[in-house]
Amino acid sequence: MKDWMGKIRTLSLFSFLVIILSACGKDNLTALVPKGYGAEQSFNVIIISILVMIVVFVVVMAIYVYVILKFRQRKGQEDQIPKQTEGNKTLEVVWTVIPILLLIIIAVPTIASTYDLADESQKEDSINVNVTGLQFWWNFEYANEEIQTSQELYIPVNERIYLNMMSSDVIHSFWVPSISGKMDVSPENENTMYIEAYEEGVYWGKCTEFCGDSHSLMDFKIVVVSQEEYDQWIDGMQNTDPEYTAETATAQEGQELFENSCISCHAIDASANHPVVGPNLADFSNRTKVSGISDFSKEEIVRWIVDPAEVKPGNGMLDAPYLQENSIGQEEAEKIADFLMELKATDEPVDSVQQFRENEANDN
Amino acid sequence: MVATNKKGFGAALWDYLTTVDHKKIAIMYLIAGGFFFIIGGLEALAIRWQLVKPMNDFVSAGFYNELITMHGTTMIFLAAMPLIFAFMNAVVPLQIGARDVAFPFLNSLGFWLFLFGGIMLNVGWFTGGAADAGWTAYAPLSTTSLGEGVDYYVLGLQISGAGTLMGGINFLVTIVNMRAPGMTYMRMPLFTWTAFVASALILFAFPALTVGLFLMMFDRLFGSGFFDPAMGGNAVIWQHLFWIFGHPEVYILALPAFGIFSEIISTFAKKRLFGYTAMVFATVLIGFLGFMVWAHHMFTVGMGPAANSIFAVATMAIAVPTGIKIFNWLFTLWGGSIQINTPMLWALGFIPTFTLGGMTGVMVAAASADFQYHDTYFVVAHFHYVIVGGVVFALFAATHYWWPKMFGTVLDDKLGKITFWLFFTGFHLTFFIQHFLGLMGMPRRYWVYLEGQNLDLGNLISTIGAFLMGVGTIVLLINIIKTSVKNEKVSGDPWDARTLEWAIPSPPPFYNFKQLPLVRGLDPLWIEKTEGRKGMTPAEPLNDIHMPNNSFLPFVISLGLFIAGFGFIYQKHDLSWLIVLFIGMGITLGAMLVRSVKDDIGYHIHKEDLKKEAEE
Ligand code: HEM
Ligand SMILES: [Cu+2]
Repeated sequence: MKDWMGKIRTLSLFSFLVIILSACGKDNLTALVPKGYGAEQSFNVIIISILVMIVVFVVVMAIYVYVILKFRQRKGQEDQIPKQTEGNKTLEVVWTVIPILLLIIIAVPTIASTYDLADESQKEDSINVNVTGLQFWWNFEYANEEIQTSQELYIPVNERIYLNMMSSDVIHSFWVPSISGKMDVSPENENTMYIEAYEEGVYWGKCTEFCGDSHSLMDFKIVVVSQEEYDQWIDGMQNTDPEYTAETATAQEGQELFENSCISCHAIDASANHPVVGPNLADFSNRTKVSGISDFSKEEIVRWIVDPAEVKPGNGMLDAPYLQENSIGQEEAEKIADFLMELKATDEPVDSVQQFRENEANDN
Repeated sequence: MVATNKKGFGAALWDYLTTVDHKKIAIMYLIAGGFFFIIGGLEALAIRWQLVKPMNDFVSAGFYNELITMHGTTMIFLAAMPLIFAFMNAVVPLQIGARDVAFPFLNSLGFWLFLFGGIMLNVGWFTGGAADAGWTAYAPLSTTSLGEGVDYYVLGLQISGAGTLMGGINFLVTIVNMRAPGMTYMRMPLFTWTAFVASALILFAFPALTVGLFLMMFDRLFGSGFFDPAMGGNAVIWQHLFWIFGHPEVYILALPAFGIFSEIISTFAKKRLFGYTAMVFATVLIGFLGFMVWAHHMFTVGMGPAANSIFAVATMAIAVPTGIKIFNWLFTLWGGSIQINTPMLWALGFIPTFTLGGMTGVMVAAASADFQYHDTYFVVAHFHYVIVGGVVFALFAATHYWWPKMFGTVLDDKLGKITFWLFFTGFHLTFFIQHFLGLMGMPRRYWVYLEGQNLDLGNLISTIGAFLMGVGTIVLLINIIKTSVKNEKVSGDPWDARTLEWAIPSPPPFYNFKQLPLVRGLDPLWIEKTEGRKGMTPAEPLNDIHMPNNSFLPFVISLGLFIAGFGFIYQKHDLSWLIVLFIGMGITLGAMLVRSVKDDIGYHIHKEDLKKEAEE
């Protein structure tokens, strides 16, 4: 008996320790520290249900431990025959009715928040973004502003944004745990959800519907900025120049290479008219990450261009006709990187992005 | 007939290839299911090894996806299901006092279909890639997946699914028709009850899978567009079809597991089951509700708040009958004389574990909270608490509990306890932490996770736990080998148990009961024992026993379908493979024809022989 209890105790102590150590995760990724409306709604229901469940668990465990300690067969009792009880109507009614009541406590806020999160009454008056999921990246088109961008969704703080989501290949799922729960992105009907973030910053997004080789690398970000910064950014994006010419000499060479080999899929201006083939690269210099996952540095850009398969297996860039015929070498890629790092929509760097890059550099 | 001489290996093999005896079929299910359990376990360990640290490169992305797909598929269809079938076959006919199942030939056919289907599923590994679209095979990822992996999945599941459906029908008929005199429905042991309800679930759930797989086969092999939006199809329909099957499937596994624990708990607490009637109704109710809730797997599909709310509440309702069961088990223990040996240890480990799994079940049922849990490690943790903490624990328990009945020897209790503690500790280390990983932003089916996301420690612990479970399983294998080598025979009733299977020798003679027993209440053997009798009172005079003949046809029928499967798959590259398709179908249909036209009325064991045997 002793050693059995001991084992249980060490085990629970250990798991408790583990929870403390890992705390609540990374603060722009975890669902446990909500920083947006949807996440908060879900979080409330999570907490209510956990509390109810802890009560149930404690009751079950109390009976369980008591029963095992009290009624364990001891030496010499092997032949003892206990009384054969049939059941007990009262007890059985009790443990049917109480759980029903407990479930009602969970069900009511669940239904309320489920309806709340599906509310579309403010859609007409809000910012609308058309989200497209592709293997393995995201395209964001601002419906009224007539611009598009990729991988990083800019939104103003404390504003409700409606996302109208469709996939152009298999099913994906859009999830930014700190801001909101997830919604599937399907190839056949448009799903709508809204998000609202409470604090400026960059929040980590993940694809959660299994979508192929690089499903685990289909990350994106929501960049939450002040209203003022947002307006500036939109304005800048609307004025990105399709005829832009690079400044430095190497960047100019890079631009030439880009125009020969990349332009068929990637645009450098944010106009919504470009078909969605590869990510739109306008404002590239303000990216928080390269391809959604790697640190923003020239080195990583080069790594991606030289061997995209190594970074994201199975991604669509591998099918690009140019890359199938020629490979781009280190030197060429460096020039292209120089060019890409010149692309920007506003002269002012975005605060949230700068902050994010610094934090990431410290974390790794 | 009576001879017990050692047979040669060839003869023994032939005996198993042709047997229609439910006890031998049970052993074959146990071996095949155990084998696939080990394969699935190795796949799980490979997955966990890949996730031991961030950005690991132990396996490639493509191979990882094959691993998770085959792990899930193997564990559900090729390990858990057949192992449940193993114990249903070994025990149910004995528990109801029958001489065999209703359709012995069909029983054998069911086994061979399962086995050939299972092999087919795994052939992909050797022909350029196994299925890689997840065990749920969502369209359009599955319909557009390159190579033949998903084709093997579709055909393998179709073949083995047909076997399962037959098995289910067989048990329904057996339990309805073949109960011994006096065995009313409300005197049936709980394991038989749960097998009965699970069989009914199979009858209703598997056709949905069959239909889904047919449509997918047409999409993949013949270019139709049932699931292709561009061709006017509907990709989400696959999810509905899959989960209309897939959700009841969980209960097909879990209910017999509950049955197993009910038997073990009442045997080793030495008490009749508390609230037997409530347990039966809870079982039926869980079975029924199991069908009403499939769309809780689809809260994020975009069904709208009304559907989400309805499915959320219906799902939560299942917690009520499940709770009734938990409390009834606790009160069976209450006032008992609890003997803690290996099977009981598994049952006692099950109660808190499954309570946790059930609780997270209610949590994921809350639609608006599930927007966070869905498709993350929280869900991975939840369903492993249910299927490992419920079903696999039950299978380990049943292995130790019914081993003497199946093989006539008892597994070593010390080693059994070591297995339990290793597996139990490993299990909680692996999966408890995953609830937090999920909430901390780790989606499921992730081949790698990035550095600096605070997911490292949790994943490391999880991997360590998985390997502990692996070690526990190895100890069980050692135990089995040791026990078989020692081969110490035990009596028919080594646990001082309560139900009919313990009233006959271990292992039972091939005709089970010489004379059908008379059942006078719940726990019939216990009743007789408390009244001072050694065994059951016969309900009939000694008579000739009618037995079915062995047959090789089930093997041939299944083999034909297996061959035809290759024809189906490869005709998409080269039409000359149609020949293989026709040869395979020819073998199957030919064997079926032989079965139809050949008179096979079985044989009789004469009562004189039975008498003589008794005297010896
Ligand atoms: C030996 C203990 C086991 C370990 C360590 C283990 C581990 C895992 C892991 C790591 C995953 C992948 C999660 C992901 O990336 O999303 C997984 C998935 C899964 N496991 Fe297990 N597992 C074990 C036993 C079982 C058993 C016994 C069953 C069922 C009877 C089972 C059923 C599943 C299913 C259905 C999936 C989902 C596969 C998919 O996403 O397509 N597992 N398991
Ligand atoms: Cu995706």
